[in-house]
Amino acid sequence: MSLDYTNDAEFNEELIKEAVAVHPEKAGKKRARHLGTVKTDAEGTSTCGVKSNIKSVPGVMTQRGCAYAGAKGVVWGPIKDMVHISHGPVGCGHYSWSQRRNYFTGTVGIDSFVTMQITSDFQERDIVFGGDKNLEKMIDELETMFPLSRGYSILSECPIGLIGDDIEAVAKKKAKDTDKLVVPCRCEGFRGISQSLGHHIANDGIRDWVLGKREQEWESTPYDVNLLADYNIGGDIWPSRKLLEEMGLRVIGAWTGDATLAEIERAPKAKVNLIHCYRSMNYICRHMEETWGIPWLEYNFFGPSQIAKSLRKIAALFDETIQANAEKVIAKYQPLADAVIAKYQPRLNGKRVMLFVGGLRPRHTTTAYEDLGMQVIGTGYEFAHNDDYQRTAEYLKDGTLVYDDASEYELELFIEKLRPDLVGSGIKEKYGTQKMGVPFRQMHSWDYSGPYHGYDGFAVFARDMDLAVNAPVWSKVKAPWKAA
Amino acid sequence: MPQSADKVKDHIALFQEPEYKELFAFKKENYECRPADDEVAKQLEYSKSWEYREKNFARQHAVINPPKACQPLGAVFAAAGFEGSMPYVHGSQGCAAYFRSHLSRHFKDASVCVSDSMTEDAAVFGGLANLVDGLQNCNALYKPKMITISTTCMAEVIGDDLSSFINSAKEKEAIPADLPTPFAHTPSFVGSHVTGYDNMIKGILHYFWERESELTPKPGSKINIIPGFDGYAPANNRELKRYLDMMGVDYTLVSDVSDTFDSPTDGHYKIYYGGTTIEDTRNAIHAKATVSLQQFSTEKSLEYCASKGHTVAALNSPMGLTGNDAFFMKIAELSGKQIPEAIEIERGRLVDAIADSTAWLHGKRVALFGDPDVVYGLTSFLLELGMEPVHILAANGTAEWEEKMKALLATSRFGDGATVWRGKDLWHLRSLLFTEPCDLLIGSSYGKYLEKDTGTPFIRLGFPVFDRHHHHRFPTFGYQGALRVLVEILDRIFEVADGASDISFDLTR
Repeated sequence: MSLDYTNDAEFNEELIKEAVAVHPEKAGKKRARHLGTVKTDAEGTSTCGVKSNIKSVPGVMTQRGCAYAGAKGVVWGPIKDMVHISHGPVGCGHYSWSQRRNYFTGTVGIDSFVTMQITSDFQERDIVFGGDKNLEKMIDELETMFPLSRGYSILSECPIGLIGDDIEAVAKKKAKDTDKLVVPCRCEGFRGISQSLGHHIANDGIRDWVLGKREQEWESTPYDVNLLADYNIGGDIWPSRKLLEEMGLRVIGAWTGDATLAEIERAPKAKVNLIHCYRSMNYICRHMEETWGIPWLEYNFFGPSQIAKSLRKIAALFDETIQANAEKVIAKYQPLADAVIAKYQPRLNGKRVMLFVGGLRPRHTTTAYEDLGMQVIGTGYEFAHNDDYQRTAEYLKDGTLVYDDASEYELELFIEKLRPDLVGSGIKEKYGTQKMGVPFRQMHSWDYSGPYHGYDGFAVFARDMDLAVNAPVWSKVKAPWKAA
Repeated sequence: MPQSADKVKDHIALFQEPEYKELFAFKKENYECRPADDEVAKQLEYSKSWEYREKNFARQHAVINPPKACQPLGAVFAAAGFEGSMPYVHGSQGCAAYFRSHLSRHFKDASVCVSDSMTEDAAVFGGLANLVDGLQNCNALYKPKMITISTTCMAEVIGDDLSSFINSAKEKEAIPADLPTPFAHTPSFVGSHVTGYDNMIKGILHYFWERESELTPKPGSKINIIPGFDGYAPANNRELKRYLDMMGVDYTLVSDVSDTFDSPTDGHYKIYYGGTTIEDTRNAIHAKATVSLQQFSTEKSLEYCASKGHTVAALNSPMGLTGNDAFFMKIAELSGKQIPEAIEIERGRLVDAIADSTAWLHGKRVALFGDPDVVYGLTSFLLELGMEPVHILAANGTAEWEEKMKALLATSRFGDGATVWRGKDLWHLRSLLFTEPCDLLIGSSYGKYLEKDTGTPFIRLGFPVFDRHHHHRFPTFGYQGALRVLVEILDRIFEVADGASDISFDLTR
């Protein structure tokens, strides 16, 4: 479904001016480049009009995280049969402990380690003398504790890169000792400007330390695919792989949600890489394309319009059987999608949404909202790059307010002035927004719900947006004696 | 089809559907290369054994599921308790994002904190430029009454000197010279979040008492109370103030986050809400005494107050009768005020409740973990309930804490079977619970994994509590707070009893 609406460019441009004006001159100049509205030129090309992937302005309260968050929290952490070592002081591993909701099946502490916080817990002496020796001994101890683990990732926290430790040497040595993969990851939080570099570094780790390193026995078929960059938040990856398997494809690896190391190592055997979150894994797709000639395709499994479009796009890479199967799958699930829309669209029609999420969802979810009759009036990313914004413009209506790396101040101002019916963002943004009386859904963690991917997930998405927007509490925010 | 529009199934129900169970089995069989099921079962059984426990306790380097956070979290928490205070983290920006998320997940409330986003260039050249810009931007956008600065490990490793950096920022007129900028160095590789709390409280007091201008203590009648790093602070601080008002005590709470982390929803979001005023903080030097409710979160702060001539006293997260009795008697002693009858009546109600329920509590074996003072206060309460603490664990406990715990346990025969575990983690506790089982486990939300693994009925008490809502809105402090803790313990015991036997499924307990 394509909804027809535009947003008020003039009002939004004024709003941007107001936000910029509060900053000191230098900061204001910097921030102005990250705020814009969507415009379509005479040739029909849309742009978001913002710069991105630039250092955050100090002191403005960026919502961004760090490279460690991107490498451990996003890419490595969900691989379930490896032990992921938060190497450095205790905090980073603590704050990211069990917070990404990367669902998995397995026995925790025996053959799966996703919901554990395993750390070298650096003390002052480690800063002074270095942590390499203890890291070696630590891996020996972890071998005793968790003999069925398939390997280790060593995720560096800030001090590691500053004190000159050689975790690569430790990794090589321990790989030999344990006969397992040991992967060093230089994702110190001060590197780069956001989580995004952490994704990249983690991808490089897979490239340099995993793919092609050990012989893989695998009988290929023409239907072997990898499903990449779905982290299985609230189980997202499962309805997704169900659709692909029903189409007759073999999902021989799914990264990294619910993934085993075997699924990562086997990847070069696939015929095609299907990538959901472009931002976090385009690097490894490009690498596999260059090295093994594996083509890759971006898809979007949010909302029935995009799901159907994506299934057809994927099927087009295969033979007529798969293409026919894709139509069968769409036909099978369309009644479910129709029923969901029939139920929820009347309650959500015309409701205005603002989004601010990581590197994918600010564009990928917009059509799912529109499938329900909702309108996206503002969107932005914490850590997208220019190529993400290029991909975003086509999703957005003219005049839509776009904010890159928005600060707490800017978000609060925009929400206050635009008074949307729903804000979709993160835990840091949730409670302040709700205090304004504005309904909110966390769109990183699915607010402890999900899945949101696939047809099965769309029903949950629709239900959740309805329960947020139409909760009775929002009519009770003002005391009745003050309501007038 | 597992999903339907009529009755939408989310993850909780959806993945129990046969289609998904088949999908999991198919994936495991064909793609995952997991260890064989019997190998997993064997290792699982082995992990419950004494032999595994011994190997587990032989660990010296690997830390597995430690229930402790790092210094700047405590500093940000302490900083949030002052009026118009913007917590400011000098160092990597990811840390600030983590602290805000962590506090918001516990308090279900907004948490603000800026960082100056130091990156590679700052690692090379130092973070002065970031601090100057950061302070200026923070002040322009958020108009704080004070900016309260702590450090991440990055800034600590490169050795940034906050004191001179802040002076430089003021000299460069990035912020007005008279804007208060208390600060503390809070390296995350030393101590834990309770250490950071201590350092920040001391930093704030030092700033207002000496650095801003050198104040001379003129002892009056006021008593300072430092509440400590307390996940129940919103309710506990309000309860504390209620009691002090009942007694007619003249007091200042030093860092009061009760409103900061529990503000109303009324259509307007205010980033600053409540907190100790700057004026009260300056005047706190003129108190005659300073009382800490958490000894091990305030050691340096109390020492500093003592250096200003205050009589100082430290309690250990008062809980139950003995802990709260000590609190009221200490306050009465220091203030010269009587403990009013109304408080004695509240105490009597708690004694009444314990007497009513003691049969269900007596002799129950308990494992508990948490911050040092919280664990001490809780242990004290358990002993007077006739319960038997067995495994007592604080990942961030000190040698002094361990000694004090042992002394407490020695006061009661109910403490005879207890072992104090300092610096251990929850993987150790897992072994302890398998080899020496308990009737109950008490601790923060991380304990839910232990309940799942070992089957020990679990009660959430401590910080953080992520997976139950609003616990922090009800007190654990005072006689009322003890009642709430008592009811939670009893409810869990009764739930277990109800589920244990069809025959003993009594209507009245």
